[in-house]
Amino acid sequence: MIASIALMTLDHRQNALQGIRATLSVVVYPMQYLVNLPFDISNWASENLRTRRLLIAENSALHARELEVQVSLLKLASLERENKRLRSLLQSSSRRWERVLIAELMSIDFDPFRHQILLNKGSRDDVFVGHPLIDAAGVIGQVIYVSPITSTAMLITDPSHATPVQVNRNGLRAIAVGTGEAAILDIPHIPNNADIQEGDLLVTSGLGRRFPAGYPVAEVTTVERNPAEPFATISAVPLAHLDRAQEVLLVWAEKEDEPEEHVAQEEQEE
Amino acid sequence: MSSPYHRGGWVIIMSFGIALMLTMLPLPDWAAYWRPEWATMVLIYWCMALPERVGVATGWVVGLFLDVIHGAVLGQYALALALIAYFTLTLHQRLRIYPLIQQSLIVLLLVLMQQLLITWIRGFLGQPPASLTHWLPSLTSMLLWAWMFIVLRDLRRHFRVN
Repeated sequence: MIASIALMTLDHRQNALQGIRATLSVVVYPMQYLVNLPFDISNWASENLRTRRLLIAENSALHARELEVQVSLLKLASLERENKRLRSLLQSSSRRWERVLIAELMSIDFDPFRHQILLNKGSRDDVFVGHPLIDAAGVIGQVIYVSPITSTAMLITDPSHATPVQVNRNGLRAIAVGTGEAAILDIPHIPNNADIQEGDLLVTSGLGRRFPAGYPVAEVTTVERNPAEPFATISAVPLAHLDRAQEVLLVWAEKEDEPEEHVAQEEQEE
Repeated sequence: MSSPYHRGGWVIIMSFGIALMLTMLPLPDWAAYWRPEWATMVLIYWCMALPERVGVATGWVVGLFLDVIHGAVLGQYALALALIAYFTLTLHQRLRIYPLIQQSLIVLLLVLMQQLLITWIRGFLGQPPASLTHWLPSLTSMLLWAWMFIVLRDLRRHFRVN
């Protein structure tokens, strides 16, 4: 009993037990693998037992998509160059985020009250604690535990997760806090007279230095301004397909040369 | 494990393994809240049936695995399961002669106690469970206990675990 209380304090206060947890995770991995196996097999089967016509249709659709994406990429290259030039004119440091890795979710259920997912990439693939996760639509969450083969990530909707965001329209900074419900984020501490409205896109602000700046996070759905309260009640819905995602992207940052003034603490208040 | 008096240790380990796997098995959203505490039930059974082999230490180790599986603070489930093992050990003589229904009620109490503990620990850490659905697993554990008991007893007899 004393041992477990000691363990809990140690684990909660300082992350001294990363090693033990990683070792145990490796022991647990075969079980997780076994549980995941039927889902893998059914995925594999449904991929392999497609008809030829379906495949051809999908192939041509993908070709069309690729062409579109290529065209927009063409523009992106010139835009990026322009952006860099403008940034150098402004003498502000440009941050580039380079390497991405696709990780697959394993079909493992956690506690339904905590929003966590298990990824099939671990420290072998250079995943680290605090690693930002995105999907095609927006930010998903960050990695909280790493073992050699797998890693556990916390979604942005977890009640103990807070994402530093800004309103894309005017740069107003805010924090998006998870509520524990799958499709709602809470935006606390925004004064009543702040310029934020329904439909505003929230993107990561890059403060807190964990999430790269500029990725879409959520869209503001309701703004309630009650004159009796100091702050407005604002909620937003995450853009990423948090409950449906099968594959997520792990993003690596390029090493930064310039230190930043703001060292925000609002990252992960666990 | 391989001493002449004890046999079938692998059955115990397998049963815990399967219980942990059932804990991880993805369920549809509506059912996730009803997931019984498989590992706790298996632990209660073995503590009751073989108190000289399975006890507080086993509970603690299984709980540690549960912590890793749930992504919880290390030691949370370990503490809860160790306590449950302790209570089952003190009750095992009585539990054995109870009819199944009465056993189920005790299991309900024990699982409720585990969840109370988990709630407390979470409260300490500032992440209390949001709703009353947190308590549902104790009900399903109670309802499934009779079935679980019979399956494990037959397993134990078939493999002559002692």
